[in-house]
Amino acid sequence: MQTTFTSSRILLPVKPWFIVLSLFVALVLNFLPTAEWPWIPDWVALTLIFWSVRESRRVGMGWGFFLGLVMDVADSSLLGQHALAYVLATYLASALSKRILWFPLMSQALYVLPLLILVQLIQVAVRIIAGANFPGLEYFVSPLIGALLWLPLTYALLLPQYQPVERDANRPI
Amino acid sequence: MEYQPPPFFKRGPAPLALLTLYVAIAVTLLVLDARLHTLELLRQTIGTLTHPLQVAAQQPLRLLEGIGERLQSASVTQDELARVRREHLERSAEVLRTQQLEAENTHLRELLGLAKREEMAARAASVVRTARDPFSLRIVVDKGTQDDVVAGQPVIDDKGVVGQVTRVFPFVSEVTLITDKDQAVPVQIVRNGLRSVVFGTGGGRLELRFLPASADVQEGDILVTSGLDGVFLPGIPVAKIERIESDSVYAFARIHCVPTAGVENFSEVMLLAPRKANALPAELGENGRQPPGERQTRARKKHASAE
Repeated sequence: MQTTFTSSRILLPVKPWFIVLSLFVALVLNFLPTAEWPWIPDWVALTLIFWSVRESRRVGMGWGFFLGLVMDVADSSLLGQHALAYVLATYLASALSKRILWFPLMSQALYVLPLLILVQLIQVAVRIIAGANFPGLEYFVSPLIGALLWLPLTYALLLPQYQPVERDANRPI
Repeated sequence: MEYQPPPFFKRGPAPLALLTLYVAIAVTLLVLDARLHTLELLRQTIGTLTHPLQVAAQQPLRLLEGIGERLQSASVTQDELARVRREHLERSAEVLRTQQLEAENTHLRELLGLAKREEMAARAASVVRTARDPFSLRIVVDKGTQDDVVAGQPVIDDKGVVGQVTRVFPFVSEVTLITDKDQAVPVQIVRNGLRSVVFGTGGGRLELRFLPASADVQEGDILVTSGLDGVFLPGIPVAKIERIESDSVYAFARIHCVPTAGVENFSEVMLLAPRKANALPAELGENGRQPPGERQTRARKKHASAE
């Protein structure tokens, strides 16, 4: 696997335990008491989208659904609200993954932004149908921050897969 | 039977089929949870299983707070201790007097043949966090079914009503604040005893609805619980009237109130013991019986249909 399809750097295969660990860490980050700061991104959504773009075979809608239910209980929102949003986002991310990986990282972030906005939009729609008030536009700031974090997140999560650069004149790549 | 070769790569069901399945399950869960409220067991299970993780997530903040407290200089701590001691002394005089008054009150009530006032039992709980859900105003406190908390218990702080316990997990419980859109508290104006219901509007404010424009309401009036709901004990401060807009176009005045309690800004709250349900008159029988926690919901439904 390469960092992007256009780069020549070849990565080591991903370790499954690292995927689980990163999703776990994202869940703990979401559990942090950050209700006062609505601009903090939804770490679980971001990490889920990341892995469904990179490893769409390993991380898919099942993980999205499961983590969504956990987030629903933790946020005391309607049961199925996060699950629905995450399932749709992971589906679209893995469907778009073949295309997204051709772009440089900053352009990838432009693909991720609508997905993150979609996660918020679905939740707003569900809650407004269920009778809640519109929470205000600051609810849509966190996807912007999340998209900006795409570049550092990619480097952080791909770090274990980088191998040392060995220059070898006899090897083609 | 048509022969099919085994697939080269095992890929599971088609993504679109899986998506349909998951979306169907999610929508079913949503409808069940929003309309029928039948998924509490599933919520309890997930909540209990993820409780250790949630506790772990609280630790960094606790640690920071602990470091902050340790760095506080000794003189500041001494000052605070002195202040707390002084306050305690001042309060203790009040408490003694209250106890004496209470005894006197009971005695007088006995003489007059009035019903006894209900006693207030409370226990402190500390606020673990504010729920991240931006659509509703809730806090999570560190007492749950293990500590005999039940849904419907009123929650107050040292200045007034904070909210009501709406969901109980084994180790924590969720409190809906009175400023939440779905929360209503029956109140009474201290000055003239006028009764009404105060509704949350979100954004830290409350609104007194359905009072005619000619009602005797003034800015600065204190609202206390009327106790008619069978949930809150009468006489606990709820809010103060901030602004009255009376427009001749509408039949009712718009009355904005500020909560007296530090709603949306506190660390310790008190959970009051649930009130005992009053026995209904015999002619109403079993059919009319409602647990005290549900009365408010019924009132709210009525209100929703009136709108």
